[in-house]
Amino acid sequence: MSVMTVREAINSALAEEMRRDPSVVLMGCDVALKGGPFGVTLGLLKEFGPERVYDTPISEPGFTGIGVGLAATGIRPVIEIMFCDWVTLAMDQIVNMAAKMRYMFGGKVNMPIVFRIPFGAGGGQAAQHSQSLEAWFNHVPGLKIVVPSTPADYKGLLKAAIRDDNPVLFFEHKRNYMLKGEVPSGDYIKPLGKADIKRSGADVTIVTYSSMVFSSLEAAEALEKEGIDCEVIDLCTLLPLDYDTVLASIAKTNRVVVVHEAQKRGGIGSDIVAEIVERGFDLLDAPPLRVGALNIPVPYNEALEKMCLPDAGKIAECVRKLVNNQI
Amino acid sequence: MSDIEKIKELIPCFVPMEEKVDDIPMEKQVNMFRTMCLIRAFEERVRDLWLQNKIRGLAHLYVYAEAIAAGACEALEPGDYITSTHRGHGHALARGAEPRLMMAELLGKREGYNRGKGGSMHIADVSAGILGATGIVGSGIGPATGAALSAKIKKDGKVSLCFFGDGASNQGPFFECMNMAAAWNLPIIFLCENNFWGIGTELNRITKNTNIYERSIGFGVPGVQVDGFNVLEVYRAVKKAVDRARAGDGPTLIEARFMRIEGHHSGDTQAYRDLSSIKFLYDFDPILRMQKYLTEVCGITTETIDAIRSEVNKLIDEAVSYAENECTEPSQSDLYEDLYANGEIVL
Repeated sequence: MSVMTVREAINSALAEEMRRDPSVVLMGCDVALKGGPFGVTLGLLKEFGPERVYDTPISEPGFTGIGVGLAATGIRPVIEIMFCDWVTLAMDQIVNMAAKMRYMFGGKVNMPIVFRIPFGAGGGQAAQHSQSLEAWFNHVPGLKIVVPSTPADYKGLLKAAIRDDNPVLFFEHKRNYMLKGEVPSGDYIKPLGKADIKRSGADVTIVTYSSMVFSSLEAAEALEKEGIDCEVIDLCTLLPLDYDTVLASIAKTNRVVVVHEAQKRGGIGSDIVAEIVERGFDLLDAPPLRVGALNIPVPYNEALEKMCLPDAGKIAECVRKLVNNQI
Repeated sequence: MSDIEKIKELIPCFVPMEEKVDDIPMEKQVNMFRTMCLIRAFEERVRDLWLQNKIRGLAHLYVYAEAIAAGACEALEPGDYITSTHRGHGHALARGAEPRLMMAELLGKREGYNRGKGGSMHIADVSAGILGATGIVGSGIGPATGAALSAKIKKDGKVSLCFFGDGASNQGPFFECMNMAAAWNLPIIFLCENNFWGIGTELNRITKNTNIYERSIGFGVPGVQVDGFNVLEVYRAVKKAVDRARAGDGPTLIEARFMRIEGHHSGDTQAYRDLSSIKFLYDFDPILRMQKYLTEVCGITTETIDAIRSEVNKLIDEAVSYAENECTEPSQSDLYEDLYANGEIVL
């Protein structure tokens, strides 16, 4: 075990995988010489050289397509989309090529490509640098979506994502890059598609991921003092999603709140609630609820931004309503 | 205006096939003719099968474009990459794809190249370097550039040939990828098949400068325009670009000029277009031009020509018979397969 920040955990996962497998290459705006906009790829150009770490022009459709061509021909590219908001520019290649090539080619191509996507709000960066667009990709068969929270999970899940032969979208919360935590030493791999119970509890299940895991744990601590015992499930992977763990928890608590930072309408919480209702309606003692951002673009002003985004207080309030049947 | 004046207006680099070409081995020249005949025979059969409702969806035929794929692919070596377009049957055939596996795919059979999951617009044989056709105009350009970068990383000496049309030349990734290919000196040939029509919109209505090859200038890339009805000219231009790419001297943009004669796809009657204005092109059928050149200029016998035509027709007959009689329909158990790697099923 050693203590690392999320940034260091990602960096060490990339470095270890690049050392292990010479076919792993990095690509994106500013990832090489500058070491990435958030310093995540610092030092990798120096260690692996310009044939493994590429600074691209600001051409997301182009370099995403190049990544697809690399993956189809035996290279394992890790492509950084500098801000999640600009994944819109790369959508055609992700949705119509990376996700579909294997299927529409009858299984006869491999697509081992990882898109690292810094996302999320909280720094006053306003509407075009704050979004959480992960739910869009849940609607696209062929992709995997990974949303870690702790430094250990970032490391283990990124290493698993790089070794996966499918296109993986790896969402990194910008606000959490400096978060510290213990990371297992050695070749630590955490399998994709498995949720983690980050806190056990008996009264309410909070299903969440990424940065909202910490807000949910904070809410759970506050609620404990009020006698409400929350179980917090960190999904870790949204596609495929570990419904076995979610439903087993609800079987125990009979109440569920799904929490994400993304806007509530059309967020992945809507899909998760629908699945819970379809698969486990009889487990529920109360309607499943969602907590998400307001259905507005993220505003710049600090007070407005805070009002827009979910936090521990809003999560606790929702859980209280659920437990006290005040819906 | 005489027909020859009209063709020179359409194709300023028109090269008559009146003199014997000595710098291309005759065996290669004859093989290019065979490839063209194979494509035409395949496409004519596809049209029949589509009209009989045996082929579903859309079938964009490579008729009149045969010289481009045949000439270009003759200049490649085994292992080189190509990416294709929605009008891609000709590219795959010229690159050596098996007609029977293509026909099986078009008929939606499990034995087809894509196990019946791709159809006309997605035929691929990745293991043979055919990185697939795509139904989205311009979306093969990025992957083709990626394949070129892959070859550069692996130093395996391969080159990547990107087929795209005049329509794709107005998509952003064309410019982005040409820029990156130039900046990184990638072994790629951007081959624009300029047939002047994007479904029902003529290029000159939406593009000021229809000399697509001139777009290379801004990227520091050599650009050439070739007579797309002359298979030998296409071969010569692509060969030069391939040699350049393989030598590590970077990308080339080639614009092969021709004209779409048929509809956008098998079911397009072209009511939007004055077909009388292209009547003169019926005399410039690239296959008949090559046949005339081979027989009248090179002394290839009519028997040889007939033998080639009957050989390819037989291949297509066999392909249809194989697809119709020997192949199987996919079943429900195939639905989720091939979506994720290593047999993983995600419901």
